[in-house]
Amino acid sequence: MSALLEARNIYKRFGGLEALSDVTLAIGEREIYGLIGPNGAGKTTFFNVLTGFYGADSGEFRFAGAPLVARSPHHVAKAGIARTFQNIRLFGNMTALENVMVGRHLRTHAGVIGAVLRGAGTRREERAIHERARRLLEYFGLTAHANDLAHNLPYGDQRRLEIARALATDPRLLALDEPAAGMNATETAALRGLLERIRADGTTILLIEHDVKLVMGLCDRVAVLDYGRKIAEGAPAAVQRDNAVIEAYLGGALA
Amino acid sequence: MNVEWFSRIRRHPAAFKLGMILIAAALAILPFALAAVGTTWVRILNLAILFTLLSLGLNIVVGFAGLLDLGYIAFYGVGAYTYALLASPQFDVHLPFWAILPLGAAVACLFGVLLGAPTLKLRGDYLAIVTLGFGEIVRIFFNNLSYPVNITNGPQGISRIDPIRIGGLSFNTSDTLLGIDFSGPIKYYYLLILVLLAVIVINVRLEDSRIGRAWQAIREDEIAAGAMGINTTHVKLLAFAMGASFGGIAGGLFAAIQGFVSPESFAWIESIMVLSMVVLGGMGNIWGVIVGALLLSFVPEFLRYTVDPLQRALIGRVVIEPEVIRMLLFGLALVLMMLFRPAGLWPSKVRRRELAE
Repeated sequence: MSALLEARNIYKRFGGLEALSDVTLAIGEREIYGLIGPNGAGKTTFFNVLTGFYGADSGEFRFAGAPLVARSPHHVAKAGIARTFQNIRLFGNMTALENVMVGRHLRTHAGVIGAVLRGAGTRREERAIHERARRLLEYFGLTAHANDLAHNLPYGDQRRLEIARALATDPRLLALDEPAAGMNATETAALRGLLERIRADGTTILLIEHDVKLVMGLCDRVAVLDYGRKIAEGAPAAVQRDNAVIEAYLGGALA
Repeated sequence: MNVEWFSRIRRHPAAFKLGMILIAAALAILPFALAAVGTTWVRILNLAILFTLLSLGLNIVVGFAGLLDLGYIAFYGVGAYTYALLASPQFDVHLPFWAILPLGAAVACLFGVLLGAPTLKLRGDYLAIVTLGFGEIVRIFFNNLSYPVNITNGPQGISRIDPIRIGGLSFNTSDTLLGIDFSGPIKYYYLLILVLLAVIVINVRLEDSRIGRAWQAIREDEIAAGAMGINTTHVKLLAFAMGASFGGIAGGLFAAIQGFVSPESFAWIESIMVLSMVVLGGMGNIWGVIVGALLLSFVPEFLRYTVDPLQRALIGRVVIEPEVIRMLLFGLALVLMMLFRPAGLWPSKVRRRELAE
């Protein structure tokens, strides 16, 4: 299995707190990889380091066979990693359609001159952006909300819109930070179907999630973080029985 | 921009054309109607158009990209002084306007980037304070660059600036064409209207473009915008540069029309004025901003000419100076706005694009 993303010996400290300590993991092409662990284990920190919001203190990422130099978030997005946020970060006062259209920014080119002159090339590009955004909304069942402001959408739809916006950047790796948070059972089931479809269409998925049922049913492999360290990795069923994992979640045995 | 009514009218080409012709005719006749009242009113109208240009420029920075700029008038000043220095007896340089106006825009653009680059990490109140300082620094430079080498002529300002000339046609004298007398201000009015139309078209197109969406994305959530692959540094600098360029063009026109520039025209209160126009009209909505700019330009002038006579007629003497009542009403207007229409008179609407293109 060729690895799409490799993290090698990633360290990240915040003052005296070691948020990530020697984290090494590899995610294969077209895999759904879960990252779980108790609150404060360093999952979101790992996301932020990976997507260029923080620099790692040491260690390196390799993505699609090349070193991933995370100078800033937009470089990471350009390399092909798109993310969502734990607390939804949509462009609230823009419509659902516009949110997805912004996602196309990276793969399109029109500048100020093009926008002002509005020549044939720019118009063609705008049409393509528009069309692609509409198709993505359709894929996510959000067509009815296309012209609604993002902050007026129901919660579950906002979560899905964020994934649609991320997919608009043509990522090879989709990194989702707790996509099922706040969803009811029906919505979670629908989300699961959606993620499987996205994977079937060729996108690798890295998933932080607390919903154990979702993680166990969906992920090919999971890694467990605890206090910034990876304490287990493997198939969901195996990890579930791992003593270190049980200890991390439930606490150690009484002395 | 409120696309809904626009596209609805557009579907009736005859009505659309008729509407455009009516608007064009009204704009063409307007200065003559005002000139009948007094040439001063044409001058006031011209100044109002200049402030509309400024408001549209600032709207890019504040309305689209959400960067609070309290020193915007500095770019107006830079444009005005660029024109003044290159078309006046100050250095005895007399370049034609078509060379200086773009140059003024370019110099202002450069200053926009100069202001933008160090403030990229700042937001909200902090950005506002730095831009306020920047505006004052520029004005103080204008005031003091007269020694040891006299560049700006200090507080006296630069006078006898060349008017705009196209071929043999000078914009500061009267001409008679087809039996109609075109005074200087009226000619400038037509020039300004053309520039204004161009700036409106540029703004409308920018708003509904890849760059416009990137600006709005940054205004909404800079972190998410970065994660979506928008180079936030680049796009923010672009907003500063574009806004500054419009300010520079307006400044150049101002210098040519007035024939005189001095530092006091570029005090911080002017920045606040332009910002008030943007906010009053409705931040981010081009048409709202235009309404705000025209309203705030005309109402004070209207008061100037009515408050005195009114008081004399009612109580026989002037109790409250027009200037005082102007500020009073200004304050009242701001308070009322915040209470009843916090998003502006004509807020930017949810843009509903047509489903089928």
